[in-house]
Amino acid sequence: MEIALGHYLTVAAIVFTLGIFGIFLNRKNVIIILMSIELMLIAVNINLVAFSAYAGDLVGQVFAMFVLTVAAAEATIGLSILVTYFRNRGTVAVEDINLMKG
Amino acid sequence: MTYPVPALAPALPEIWLAVAALALLLFGVMRGDGATRIVAWGAVAALAIAGVLVVTGPTDGAQTFSGMFVADRFGIFVKLLVLLGSAAAILMSLRYLRDETVEHFEYPVLIVLATVGMMMMVSASDLISLYLGLELQSLSLYVLAAFKRDSVASTESGLKYFLLGALASGIFLYGASLVYGYTGATGFAAIAAEIEGEAQLGLLFGMAFLIAGLAFKVSAVPFHMWTPDVYQGAPTPVTAFFAVAPKITSLAVFMRVMLEPFGALVDDWSQILVVLSALSMGLGAFAAIGQTSLKRLLAYSSIGHVGFALMGLAAGTAEGARGILIYVAVYLVMNIGAWAVVLTMRRDDEGLVEGIDDLAGMGRNSPVLALAMAIFLFSLAGIPPMAGFFAKFYVFLAAIHAGLYWLAVIGALATVVGAFYYLRVIKIMYFDEPARPFERAPRELRWIIAVTAGLTLFFFLFPGGMVAEADLAAQALWK
Repeated sequence: MEIALGHYLTVAAIVFTLGIFGIFLNRKNVIIILMSIELMLIAVNINLVAFSAYAGDLVGQVFAMFVLTVAAAEATIGLSILVTYFRNRGTVAVEDINLMKG
Repeated sequence: MTYPVPALAPALPEIWLAVAALALLLFGVMRGDGATRIVAWGAVAALAIAGVLVVTGPTDGAQTFSGMFVADRFGIFVKLLVLLGSAAAILMSLRYLRDETVEHFEYPVLIVLATVGMMMMVSASDLISLYLGLELQSLSLYVLAAFKRDSVASTESGLKYFLLGALASGIFLYGASLVYGYTGATGFAAIAAEIEGEAQLGLLFGMAFLIAGLAFKVSAVPFHMWTPDVYQGAPTPVTAFFAVAPKITSLAVFMRVMLEPFGALVDDWSQILVVLSALSMGLGAFAAIGQTSLKRLLAYSSIGHVGFALMGLAAGTAEGARGILIYVAVYLVMNIGAWAVVLTMRRDDEGLVEGIDDLAGMGRNSPVLALAMAIFLFSLAGIPPMAGFFAKFYVFLAAIHAGLYWLAVIGALATVVGAFYYLRVIKIMYFDEPARPFERAPRELRWIIAVTAGLTLFFFLFPGGMVAEADLAAQALWK
């Protein structure tokens, strides 16, 4: 069986959905949410590289490099905010992030 | 192979501001936190110079960086508003930073960096440059929200903002990847040229994801859930900044993305925007009624205002685009003023308070401030002759001309409900049993309040120039 563009797009769609569900269904740990965000970005990169390869156009791979770079910066910022939060509250459980609501 | 150096003139304001931010950061590192005031005033000066560069720069839609960046009248209009909002946000924070002992020099630098990101977003004419601007803005804003590191509320708001902002970026990017796949291009002009034929299903999916991501950033219902929490938890001057500059930028980017690459699909996306707009206006009006925190009330108010602005985009016409530009300009002025009044609510023993009840007796204790707050609230409610009335007038006009009668009716009803909670605040200020008076407001806040109150009150005397400028700016989106 030849692996066609549709297969790549399906994998990417599944990974992306897993990422979104990981954010909304997970009630345990904020770190898991950070991992889910990375999953979403990975799905985007699969999409971009697959489209780029099949169209013979380099722009998609350039875009993927930018996404990778920004994802690294984003993870850094997210983790550092998480650390300051942990210093204040002593927990990173999702259900404890509830000081403000209504 | 040789690569020519791209023309730098169209991007000069952004380049200047980025260099200035790095210089201010270096200066801050060398001098330490004692230099925060100098860095802050330096940042304001850098923003002012950037404003001059924006005004004197090219206005004809000059492109650079292989067509990824465009300098047109639309960009100029929005960038000037953003620069004003950022400069006002820095000035409004000066006293707060000192009183709350969070006087770190990174604060103004982060605001300048966020401003660079916002200006890049406004000028982006390619999905890649748009994404980079968006992230430069967002990453700076996450840190700003969590700036008061020892406060649970501030770090929690930073965490929430980060998680939902990253989710929004992911959704936006997924849409961008689909749009790239089905059109083979990331440039706005190239995408528009590709769509001229007929739109494939995949492309429509991509567009829907882009809309969802952008709706998160402008906090339109049903993607608004982070807004009240983040606005309430973040330090008040940071919230004031969030409520003006990033909101205006995101609305402008929403307009450019919908009207430039997807202009041919207006019938498809305008339905989505009608729903977003109606829900935002409705929730903004009803959810604000039961609030006890002024910051939270203004957060719901800003959700409602986004609904009104999106009404102009749902119309999908140049008149609607003009309406949004007038709306965001008025929104900027009255919100800076209202948030500046919130920042004056400080007592010796309690520090900064934010309850609506704390405003009781303001009409007697500090009549001038109360009068200014009443002007801002009347304007937010859209009562003539305040500026807010004209802002709503132009988007309603565009919606009715585009045949969106139901949306206009929902908007009118939401305005009436909204007027209730704005007027309730005024009633508390003037007629309730007085609470203890506030400290005297610092000078820069008094200046900001005086100027914004004057502009809000007397806008009806000179709307012509503003409307003409907004008209020219909106025309730039239809080349």
